[in-house]
Amino acid sequence: MRESFEKHIKELNEEVIAMSEMVANATSRSVKALANRDVEEANRIINDDLLVNNKRWQIEEKCINLIALQQPVATDLREIIAVLSIITELERMGDYAEGIAKIVLMLGDEPLIRPLIFTPKMAEKVVSMLKRSMQALVNRDADTANAICNEDDEVDKLYDEAYHDLLMLMIKDPTLVSKATPLIWAAHNLERSADRVTNICERIVFLVTGSMPQVKVSTY
Amino acid sequence: MSFEAKIETQNLNLYYGEFLALKDVYIRIPERNVTAIIGPSGCGKSTLLRCFNRMNDLVENIKVEGKIFIERQNILEPDMDLIHLRRKVGMVFQRPNVFDLSIYNNLRFGLRIHRMLKNKDDIMQAIKNGLEHVNLWNELKDKLRKNARSLSLEQQQRLCIARVLILKPDIILLDEPCSALDPISTLKIEELLRVLKQEYTLVIVTHNMQQAARASDYTGFLYLGELIEFGETDQIFMNPKEKLTENYISGHFG
Repeated sequence: MRESFEKHIKELNEEVIAMSEMVANATSRSVKALANRDVEEANRIINDDLLVNNKRWQIEEKCINLIALQQPVATDLREIIAVLSIITELERMGDYAEGIAKIVLMLGDEPLIRPLIFTPKMAEKVVSMLKRSMQALVNRDADTANAICNEDDEVDKLYDEAYHDLLMLMIKDPTLVSKATPLIWAAHNLERSADRVTNICERIVFLVTGSMPQVKVSTY
Repeated sequence: MSFEAKIETQNLNLYYGEFLALKDVYIRIPERNVTAIIGPSGCGKSTLLRCFNRMNDLVENIKVEGKIFIERQNILEPDMDLIHLRRKVGMVFQRPNVFDLSIYNNLRFGLRIHRMLKNKDDIMQAIKNGLEHVNLWNELKDKLRKNARSLSLEQQQRLCIARVLILKPDIILLDEPCSALDPISTLKIEELLRVLKQEYTLVIVTHNMQQAARASDYTGFLYLGELIEFGETDQIFMNPKEKLTENYISGHFG
């Protein structure tokens, strides 16, 4: 019974890691598609989001089965509850990447008002935070999870800069509003995505320590 | 944990001959709550439970050290009135132990032994109250002369609880009270515990972890005669402080 349960938990963790890789991938690809005006890639990202959603439901079903059949308690139960929460956050991160892909489709063949400066940096940071949060999950490392939460400030700062930069462009030339606004939306999606990583990290802290502190309150 | 302790042990040691079955147990059982004692077979759960009404006195070669206070009276004092103690601290066992008598006489038995209530109407009222408490009155009110052994196991166990209640105890000890029952009957008994705790202090020994989690407010984990951890049940089952507790409730051993 115990051996079989541990095998299931191991598989569950592997599936969460696999899902996080799909989401990290979608996030990076969406910003590259935006920078390169790559409509075909944007369509692929939108289709791939269905796979992310399916993965979430598969993992959720496994969690429900484990709760029903194995009646876990203590760390085992927290592990499953944490996974249920983490996959919901990952699924939303996938939606943010899909949202950026939809912005690419919306902009169509229109050239960007200027090359992207802050959004690629934000995407890089979000992906890095996500990957390290998954390491913290594997290692049951609450300290690292806490530290990653604090890095959300850097993404917020980049979003601030992107927002003001694009706002200034629009003030100077109001004809750019329709082209600049979608870029603010893309940056906003990444800012929200980083917030989701902090939620994931809070769940990792919960899994490891059993307490549920709100590690960080986002300014956005 | 700040609560009024109904039962409190201090430095409780119990020996079966040379074997130390309970080691320096300090436990505080809160009033009008359900407290579950869990632990692997042979860890001393039933032995601890039987200390609270000195049922262990009936075992040969037993030696008990320390103190057990029930409402500030040390029940281990040699001059303790055991008849009175066992009326105040009732016990329900693993298998329903109804007597081979009618339902009526099963319930009247304790009243006779303790010379409580002589008037027939008072006796009938007490029996009615007892059966109502365990939700058996409507089912059995017209069958009181039937042999108690003709009842289902769940009904028999309820009858045993009613038999205890009639004696107006303060504390009810339950030693694996559902182990002979099917899941539905088990849930019904657990529901009953929830009602009874409004008036009585309940201590239940159980092997069934889910039962402890579902039915109790506080849980104590015993291992090799030692009380490893005691706490509110949700804390014990969500975030135990001791690794040994976590390993036991998660099925690593036991």
